Amino acid sequence: MAAAVGRAWGSRRMEVAARSCRGSLPAWWGLLRGLLLAVLAAGSCQGNSVERKIYIPLNKTAPCVRLLNATHQIGCQSSISGDTGVIHVVEKEEDLNWVLADGPHPPYMILLDGNLFNRRVMLQLKGTSRVSGLAVATAKPSPPQGFSPGLKCPNDGFGVYSKDYGPQFAHCNKTVWNPVGSGLSYEDFDFPIFLLEDANETQVIKQCYQDHNVPRDGSGPEYPLCAMQLFSHMHAVTSTVTCMRRSSLQSTFSINPEVVCDPLLDYNVWSTLQPINSSGKVDPEKEVIIVATRIDSHSFFWNIAPGADSAVSSFVTHLAAAEALHKVSDVHLLQRNIMFTFFQGETFDYIGSSRMVYDMEKDKFPLRLDNIHSFVELNQVALRNDSVLWMHTDPVSRLNESVEVQVRNLLDILSNSSTGASVTLQEAGYSQPLPPSSFQRFLRARHIPGVVLTDHKTAFQNRYYQSMYDTPENIRMQYPEGLSPEETLEYVTDTAKSLAEVATVVARALYRLAGGANNTSAIQADPKTVTRMLYGFLIKMNNSWFQSIIKPDIKGILGDVPQHYVAVSSPVNTTYLVQYVLANLTGTVVNLTKEECLNPEKTPNSEKEMYEYAWVQGSLDPNSTSRIPYCVRSTVHLSKALSPAFELRQWGSTEYSTWTESRWKEIRARIFLVASKELEIITLVVGVAILIFSLLATYFINAKADILFSIPRDPGAVAY
Amino acid sequence: PGAARRGKYLPDSELWGVNPGVLSPPRAFFWLVSLLLASLIWFISVHLSDREDAKLQYGLLIFGAAVSVLLQEAFRFAYFKLLKKADEGLAMISEDGRSPISLRQMAYVSGLSFGIISGMFSVINILADSVGPGIVGIHGDSPYYFITSAFLTMALVLLHTFWGVIFFDACEKRHYWCLGLVVASHLLTSGLTFLNPWYEASLAPIFVITLCTGLWAFVTAGGSLRNILKCLSCKG
Repeated sequence: MAAAVGRAWGSRRMEVAARSCRGSLPAWWGLLRGLLLAVLAAGSCQGNSVERKIYIPLNKTAPCVRLLNATHQIGCQSSISGDTGVIHVVEKEEDLNWVLADGPHPPYMILLDGNLFNRRVMLQLKGTSRVSGLAVATAKPSPPQGFSPGLKCPNDGFGVYSKDYGPQFAHCNKTVWNPVGSGLSYEDFDFPIFLLEDANETQVIKQCYQDHNVPRDGSGPEYPLCAMQLFSHMHAVTSTVTCMRRSSLQSTFSINPEVVCDPLLDYNVWSTLQPINSSGKVDPEKEVIIVATRIDSHSFFWNIAPGADSAVSSFVTHLAAAEALHKVSDVHLLQRNIMFTFFQGETFDYIGSSRMVYDMEKDKFPLRLDNIHSFVELNQVALRNDSVLWMHTDPVSRLNESVEVQVRNLLDILSNSSTGASVTLQEAGYSQPLPPSSFQRFLRARHIPGVVLTDHKTAFQNRYYQSMYDTPENIRMQYPEGLSPEETLEYVTDTAKSLAEVATVVARALYRLAGGANNTSAIQADPKTVTRMLYGFLIKMNNSWFQSIIKPDIKGILGDVPQHYVAVSSPVNTTYLVQYVLANLTGTVVNLTKEECLNPEKTPNSEKEMYEYAWVQGSLDPNSTSRIPYCVRSTVHLSKALSPAFELRQWGSTEYSTWTESRWKEIRARIFLVASKELEIITLVVGVAILIFSLLATYFINAKADILFSIPRDPGAVAY
Repeated sequence: PGAARRGKYLPDSELWGVNPGVLSPPRAFFWLVSLLLASLIWFISVHLSDREDAKLQYGLLIFGAAVSVLLQEAFRFAYFKLLKKADEGLAMISEDGRSPISLRQMAYVSGLSFGIISGMFSVINILADSVGPGIVGIHGDSPYYFITSAFLTMALVLLHTFWGVIFFDACEKRHYWCLGLVVASHLLTSGLTFLNPWYEASLAPIFVITLCTGLWAFVTAGGSLRNILKCLSCKG
């Protein structure tokens, strides 16, 4: 009887066991799913309180990115998951020894004082593996001895001087244009370099360093140490040839193409004094005088390019001269036309001007090279010594008699236009070659008579050429204290007055060159316009004047600190603004409605080929918050500024610019504390030991559960 | 002979092979609901009060923690009632009038799943952030945050398991003073965590409480010193 019951019990037990085994599997699976979901949710929760306890993000930073040309890569690179290092503050040269030799916790993340950011220090850091990254604090005030990360000989090899043309002038043999230039921007670093723009963030980092990282009594500091992590992983490698080949393979064969680099491109802005048919061709007999400036600049860091002297001063003067000329009454009677051209991308081996010359040669531009009568270029005109403006010409082309006569005529007209003004024009002389300028690209194609106007005779006066210190302070723009933004916009600085004088001289000379016969004393550039432009392009783009002259749907672009890097997405803010400022200064207001203005081909008598129509949002109505928009008709056009090397797909070209910018996924920086390796290993070992111990304990308790958890039974039951 | 074996508290050693894991997800769900209700109460009270007053907000946090403890214990009791009903139902439909799972096992499993879900919720957040290169401390907190959080979570999981066993036993035998003691020790543990980061004052007492509660649960489940010695002599 007992055996039968026992057998029944046994089978019952097995049935129950089988049922529970099947039933338990979905239960645990549900719990596992819940666990996974919780992990994902916790991991993706941004800004949760534990993360805030650990990391301090650095928000106001600018990275150094990778740029590539036909043969080299320049710039900086980080690892794909960021570079981490213990922070060390370097304020004098002796502090470097800790990083390079003495410090016990390499690799180090250096916080470098701006005055030590020079070639000697950087090459020392480049050669060691004990440095995992660099954060540079902006030097305030700017380094007095000058700072230029550009080359000593800018755009060498892409201008007109080569071994076939003026070899004695090639490679800056005769004149070193940028003697302060260290060439830092053109070095290749394998660690990330960031600029700390905010002095408060720099102070936070220094405080963390003081609290945790300072060596005490000669021995190393104790863990936990303050560390920094920089993310700036660049996708492109080696050169433009490699990255464009990879990108084109991806675009051709992949469903989801992963492009690794983009060519630097934007638009040139051009406008003519007398309207021409922009889709047709200008008559070969019609002569045009080209006035040119560049509108872009560069610095070591991405999207930091104030370019006060190198770019802004020249194009603001150019805009003021254009405004002055358009006010002249007999403009339509002038024998020659004048084309005001603003080239974009000139910093990177003359992207804009080489493209325009290429288009002119291939008949894709309304003008041809034969139409060009002469060329006047404005380059860095703000830092004049004793108000002297230097006229540079090309000595090699002047060996030709006919060219010499025209150049002589040009120089005389310019000199005569400066009588009565406080600007003195002097010739730089036969022994001097042309400085780096867009005119050199035109000379490569045709021997055009031309002159480049600058504030320097031999080397640049600008000691901060293509650096982050080429700021309004560099061109001596000073405003009195306590002015509101509106008052600052309208305040006429001395810099504005001096640039207006240069614009007046240039405008009068152009009038004479174009065949104007009347008295030029009425031609005057307006200092009020010049000061408003200087404020807008150097201090605050989001001002009331700029807001009133742009299209309604792009008003979102105004708001950042002004900078003039050519970038890869076009058009950049600078191009937009130059286009709309030129339209405002040289165009006329016409009485069209919004539909007529946006669709001029439907309006009779609009002459769509000659003019461009823009619907701008206008200034604020004084009594309300709405604006009064209107239609502007002007001769301002955009032409594509992409290097011909990319059109022709000659990515290794030595004739045209081949600069590209790498792509990246994320760029950020943060600081936190790191623990010693010993603490981490102890934590892991203790955890694993507790896990194994608990598993063993559970197994043994489970196995001996009948002995451990029994309640004493009456002796009779033991028999069963 | 079969009738003599019938009895609800007889932990049939053979039945320990039954996997009671089938009971854990509903238990975890009960804990989640209690947490949700407690956080709702805290959230409403915070919004109704003055956000700027730091002392008031701290007081509200303590109040919220206490409410959460009480709600958890209330849900534990509700689950006990549910399980009793299920147990009776299972006993009725089974062939020999006994339920296949003993209440002691149910107590252990319910406590364990409660502990697991509670531990998971306390530690997943911290684990996710510990994956990066940094540790806590740049704002002045203790750099031993991760390891103490891990130990605290371990203590919490063990405590919930032990409380589960004691609680169910107390409810079954109607020893209401045991129930009160469990709730009081839960409140004490929760209150001790407010002493963080003074880890000597919070972590050490919590481990002492864990040890004592463990011993108490061991005795309640039927263990004794004699059994341990018998077990060790068997092994040896």
